[in-house]
Parts: sequence; structure tokens; C-alpha cells
Amino acid sequence: MPADYVDWLRREGRIVIVGASLAGLRAAETLRAEGFAGELTLIGDEPYEPYDRPPLSKSVLLGKASAHRTELPHRREIDAKWRLGVAASGLDLMANRVRLADGDEVEYDRLLIATGVRARPWPKPEEARLDGVCVLRTRDDAAGLYQRLKAGPRRAFVIGAGFAGSEVASACREMGLPVTVAERAGAPLAGALGGVIGAVAADLQTENGVDLRTHVMVTALEGDPVGRVRAVHLSDESVVEADVVVVSLGSQRNTDWLAGSGLGAGPRGIACDAGCRAFDFRGIVTDDVFVAGDVARSPHALFGYQFLSLEHWGNAVAQAETAAHNMICHGAERRPHLWMPAFWSSMFGVNIKSVGVPPMGDQLMITQGSLAERRFAGVYGHQGRIVAAVTFDNTRWLEFYQRQIERGAPFPVEFATVDRRPEGRPMDADFPDPSLPTHGPMVTLSGYSPADQQLVFHPARH
Amino acid sequence: MRLVVDLNKCQGYAQCAFLAPDVFAMHGEESLVYNPHAPEEQRERLARAVAACPVQAITADGLDGTGEQGTGSAQEAHDAR
Repeated sequence: MPADYVDWLRREGRIVIVGASLAGLRAAETLRAEGFAGELTLIGDEPYEPYDRPPLSKSVLLGKASAHRTELPHRREIDAKWRLGVAASGLDLMANRVRLADGDEVEYDRLLIATGVRARPWPKPEEARLDGVCVLRTRDDAAGLYQRLKAGPRRAFVIGAGFAGSEVASACREMGLPVTVAERAGAPLAGALGGVIGAVAADLQTENGVDLRTHVMVTALEGDPVGRVRAVHLSDESVVEADVVVVSLGSQRNTDWLAGSGLGAGPRGIACDAGCRAFDFRGIVTDDVFVAGDVARSPHALFGYQFLSLEHWGNAVAQAETAAHNMICHGAERRPHLWMPAFWSSMFGVNIKSVGVPPMGDQLMITQGSLAERRFAGVYGHQGRIVAAVTFDNTRWLEFYQRQIERGAPFPVEFATVDRRPEGRPMDADFPDPSLPTHGPMVTLSGYSPADQQLVFHPARH
Repeated sequence: MRLVVDLNKCQGYAQCAFLAPDVFAMHGEESLVYNPHAPEEQRERLARAVAACPVQAITADGLDGTGEQGTGSAQEAHDAR
């Protein structure tokens, strides 16, 4: 590709961004900040300009913010053409065209895909349609759920005790509502943080009045004669009456629209190289298609070059910035996306944060504080290295652990720490069998091949 | 006015909750809960909170020069929508 192509692209090329949420917006801002003067189009399936999602399960459900007022501040003017409320429905890689659901087509010289994820719906459609059965991903979801909770249901029921489900349960208790949480694993957050930390989260829930049921699955949602949900049936044969059911079973990547396009896109996301360039289905990197945010899976040097899929706010920002930079610069100036995975959650007044990839760790060591006090820092180890850390109400130490992960520090840790307790010996982190389908840990290690798109589920062992 | 807090950066110093208590509140010892849409009359308090955050985790628009920190800060401007 001639060097002057990039100069031409920067001056008068057409860049299309599919996905008008956090990653799409930050990419657009970066393109303009770095001098892109051509035509910029943002396509989004929701009819709203980019808004922030984390407040939807926190401030909004706590009644401290309106679901319809979480639009993201813009860092700069982006002078873009917005195509909102219309989903992309197809991609023609040969003709450099995005097809839209309304039949329109948009041509690009370079394309950024940031279509993110959607909430995984309840798998039985006729039950999912019952009035009172909700998911929580969009601002409309949040507005609807908040109204239902505010109306004072007799009981709310949350299916899945990942972060989102646990945050909903926390909000319910804050509102004084009876809430039952069902989780297939042995504890809340077990998929993301392992069973040892999960046990702490379980105590947190039960002490705050949540009716927590673990090692169970929901087998059916029962409706009344007018189509409102009224009860939840569980695999242990118990039945719980509830008039709001929140399905919190993780998310699905929005890649369906790319079926048949030739891109390496599937249920695990769109494979891209460290420079955010998409792979096609043969494992060959493309020149003009880039990927960022929750929908991307990219190899990470710190984690054995496995492909990582991250549903993290900070990753969406960082990857969007890197992708945008790489889209409009010469090859030698491209940067790798080597963001350290990091996320936060807060539930029942406890601040939970993590860096690295906890599910990669098999061992856990509590290096500061204590599990019983729910104020601690713990590190995860894998093959003699620190690969992740987690804190409960101890965020100021997290950056230190991040540096340890970055330099591949040995595990068990050799350094002394403030507030080390006798319990701080390495132990099994107790992650559930990764081959079991769960609500999803938000960080997924998805192997070494860009073309590997198969999800293999094995039947449960019990 | 729109705002967003990078809660990866936030370390719960609570300066914002002290300076603009109608926008920011602590929930527990170090979790921050905030309203992403601050009313106009909070402009001055919000600007103070943005400036006082020890880890510069708050981005707000419409505050002229007090938004995103770092290389882009000179380019911060009202976004005409």
C-alpha cells in the first residue's frame, strides 16, 4: 500500500464506525484529535447518542440518576454523520460497503467495528415474553426495570449471580425489596473471581438479606392467565413466587450481522491482531477493517498471546483509541493494544476491583487484609507468575499489583505487604469448570487461533 | 452537564462527594455513586470537583478547559450538538 494512501485517507477518506456507544464515540474523537479530516459516519442500532452503561445498574437503580440521562460527555467536536436507530445488517468486504437494516448502504475506505454485546435473553422465548421478565443492558431496559422495582413487587428474582445480577440484587435490597438470586455455580462471582472470593460475595449477599440459591438452575418461568410472570421453578424442585424476573446470564457478541462476510467473526467475537486489525475467517489479517471494544478478541502478550475478550469499560476506551490511531497512521507508527484488563463493580456498599485475568489463575493468595473483614487484596497465580489481583474496599493498592503483573512477578509473592495475615497462604482459587456454560466471566481466554470460533460445551459432570 | 467518572482510576478519595454532594456520593467506604447528568446550577461545584480529583478521574463537558486531562485538554470545548 503506497504511503500516500494514508495521507489521502487522512485528508478525504471515508471512515465508518459501526457501533455508537462508548468505543465508537471515543474512536471518533481520537480520529479527529489525530487529524482525520475526511468523512466520518457513526452507525448505531439504538436511537440514542452514545451513553454510559455502568450507571444503569448502579446510580439508576439506586434512584440517583435517570436512565435517560447518562449520555457520555464528548471530549471534542467530532463532526460526524450519525445514523442512529438503524442497525448494520451486513458487510461486503469486496465492495467496502456496510448494509443497513433499512436497506441503505454506506461505503467506507476504512471501517471500525464496535458493535459490542447484548444481553443474553432467557432461552425459552414464550417465557421470556412474559410481562415482568427483564434483561439489563440498554437504557430502555434500565428505565423499565427501575419502574418495575419502584412499583414494589412482592419479590424480585435474579437469574445469574455475576456482577450485573449481583448489582441488581444489591439495588433491590437497597430499595427494601425481597429478592432471590439463583446461581448455577457454587457462589456469586465465581466465574469471574473463583469460589474463594465467591464465598465472600455469598456472605455479603446473605447478610444483606438476599435469598441466595447456589448450585441450582432455573428450569421454567411460570406465567399467570394474563401473561404476567408469577413464579420461578428451580432444578431442586423448589418454586419461588416473584413478579419481576431479571435474566442476568451474561452477554452475546453482536456479530450476527457479519455472518457470511468472510470476517473471522463468531460467538466469541471478532478476532483481531494486536493492532486492532480484523482477521478474516482464514486467519489472514485485513487491511481496512478494525475492531474495538466488547466485540473484539485480541492476543495479549502478558497472557501467553491467547486471544482475550474483555467486556470492560476501560478496554473499550483504550482499544478504541488504539484502533483509531492505527487506522490513520503509517504502518511503522502503529501501536499495539496491550491494555491491562481492569474492572470495577460495587454491591452492598463494597467496592470490588480487579486487574489482570483472574480466571487464568489457579492459585490465590490474600496478601493484605482478610476475607472475613471483606477488606482485602488478593493475587492470582498461574505457573509461578502473578496474573491478576482483586481488591474489596482496598482499591488504592491495586496499581501496585498491576505493576507486579506487568513485570511477570513470581507467585507466590515474595514481597512483604502491609497488613499481611496468617491466612495469606496460597490456596486453590476454586474456579468452576470452564467448560460449563455460565453467565460469563467478562474476561474470556479464547485460545490461540484467530480462526477458532467454536464454542464447545461439555455436559455437566454431575 | 454531562459527566463520566473513570472508576478504574477512582480511588475513593471522596473529594468530589465533599465538593459537589448533590452530584457525587460515597456508597460504603470507597464506592462512588454519581449522577451522570448534573443540573446547570451545579456547574461551579462540578468544576471544583473535577479539578480537585486527586486521580483526575472525572470528565465533564461544558466546563471549558476542565474536562479530559492530558494532551487533549487544550482542545476541550463545548460540543455543539
